[in-house]
Amino acid sequence: MELTAKSAAELHRLLENKEISASELTKAYLERINALEDKVKAFVTLTEDSALKQAAEVDSKLGRGDKLGPLEGIPMALKDNMCTEGVRTTCSSKILENFVPPYNATVAERLRQAGAIMLGKLNMDEFAMGSSTENSAFHVTRNPWDLERVTGGSSGGSAAAVAADQAVFTLGSDTGGSIRQPAAFCGVVGLKPTYGAVSRYGLIAYASSLDQIGPFTKDVRDNALVMNAIAGHDPKDSTSVPYEKPDYTEFLVNDIKGLKIGIPREYFGQGIDAEVDKVLRQAIETLKALGAEVEECSMPHTEYAMPAYYLIAPAEASSNLARYDGVRYGYRAQEAEDIISMFKKTRAEGFGDEVKRRIMLGTYALSAGYYDAYYLKAQKVRTLIKRDFDRVLEKYDVLLVPTAPTVAFKFGEKSTDPLAMYLSDVCTVPLNLAGLPGLTLPAGFAGGMPVGLQLMGKPFDEGTLYRVAYTFEQNTDFHKAKPAFPGEVA
Amino acid sequence: MKISRKDVEHVALLARLELTEEEIEAYTGQLDSILEYAAMLNRLDTDNVEPTAHAVPLHNVLRTDEVRRSIEREKALQNAPDSEDGFFRVPKIV
Repeated sequence: MELTAKSAAELHRLLENKEISASELTKAYLERINALEDKVKAFVTLTEDSALKQAAEVDSKLGRGDKLGPLEGIPMALKDNMCTEGVRTTCSSKILENFVPPYNATVAERLRQAGAIMLGKLNMDEFAMGSSTENSAFHVTRNPWDLERVTGGSSGGSAAAVAADQAVFTLGSDTGGSIRQPAAFCGVVGLKPTYGAVSRYGLIAYASSLDQIGPFTKDVRDNALVMNAIAGHDPKDSTSVPYEKPDYTEFLVNDIKGLKIGIPREYFGQGIDAEVDKVLRQAIETLKALGAEVEECSMPHTEYAMPAYYLIAPAEASSNLARYDGVRYGYRAQEAEDIISMFKKTRAEGFGDEVKRRIMLGTYALSAGYYDAYYLKAQKVRTLIKRDFDRVLEKYDVLLVPTAPTVAFKFGEKSTDPLAMYLSDVCTVPLNLAGLPGLTLPAGFAGGMPVGLQLMGKPFDEGTLYRVAYTFEQNTDFHKAKPAFPGEVA
Repeated sequence: MKISRKDVEHVALLARLELTEEEIEAYTGQLDSILEYAAMLNRLDTDNVEPTAHAVPLHNVLRTDEVRRSIEREKALQNAPDSEDGFFRVPKIV
């Protein structure tokens, strides 16, 4: 097995036993990135020099005989909307192309302190607005399983880098499915934690009441290890919740006997590809055979989540993105004779099409005369959607649904019709509105492309999601499958 | 049509976006179809439903007002497109 195909847990053992050095491991990853990057294009920025420097520090610690933390010396990468001190952070937007943050996001700081080695920053849909990473101002990222297909989005680079073994793990952010949908499209494990479990300090905001950072990993154990490092209260984020953070690895038990799993029928209706449905039905049978009590249930407001989301998220975005005015940081248009025209030209030249569309939509929904009809109405519907979740989660430990209605689609297939693109988030959006945790893991293949199954749980009960996911993983082989790159020796 | 060209021009001004002729035309149609889709929310009776702004109930988060170090001026200005004498510099306002 290639070194770069191993999990963080396996690599930790190899480092501790001095079978490999952190420098060797980091070099192996940098070589892998260089070999594949012209095909995949997961990265926006590479930080080779600082990565090798960090690795040398881990090696000198090893040389002194010190114990290593679980992520110490493990190469990883961050979505390019998380601020990294001294390393440019672009949000894959022209408006932030040369922005170099003067501080670290809390997640970047926590991973740095845990000794994880940052290889670089990952491509995304501009300002996390999109479902295919085709909205990056720089380049598209290609799905490692089929280079003619999208990675999903908005955290496409984060998903592709893990699938292509260009990083052991990555972080992404999820506002309406931006971790789960690309993780499913690329066949990796992705967690969107409970709102408030992971600090958003230093995460460049899209829709603040929905955004949440979470890990992409090769398996469930690694996911729990990364959550151990990044989760927990942060006084710098006023929406961060002071909760009792468990050791997430304690939930990794191969046992789901008697666990109650609800299957909300609304997620299996129209629009779900027949092959995807088949994979999900098979996964449900697997979980039943492992002792779970599975039952169909109903969440009648599910279909209203999409229209509510596409009013609430753009409304919050239009407010959050008002700060890009060419004054304090970022791009500024030249040749503006007064300040208003500078604002207008800066934003016109700096933002891409989808970002402008959502700013327009959000501004409209918040504007005088329309606020009650659109924004307030959507917030009330949000309450009804949340109540649906509260009600079924009283009865079931977790809910199981598809992560996405189809497998990864081809480039250009949906990029001309905004509404068609939005609908690829239909299975992921409701959870963000309710603020709950969701995990996707590989459940099989349809036409050679990975299919994800999504588990949704109670607030701050990521542990039960890990338990179900771990049990499924221990009894299936889907997570072990790897994409074969053209020309690569298998 | 829920959205007219005039609406789009008005919203673009509110959002401080200078739009091209093509963009105005495209957004008029696209915003209209998205809002048409969003109109399905009106099927739900929400008269007695409280709005949810945040899924996690949070109350005012307060801390003691202590003097602490903040970011240095030089660092705060390092990304400024234009600055002078420790200030952000912008084109004329009035």
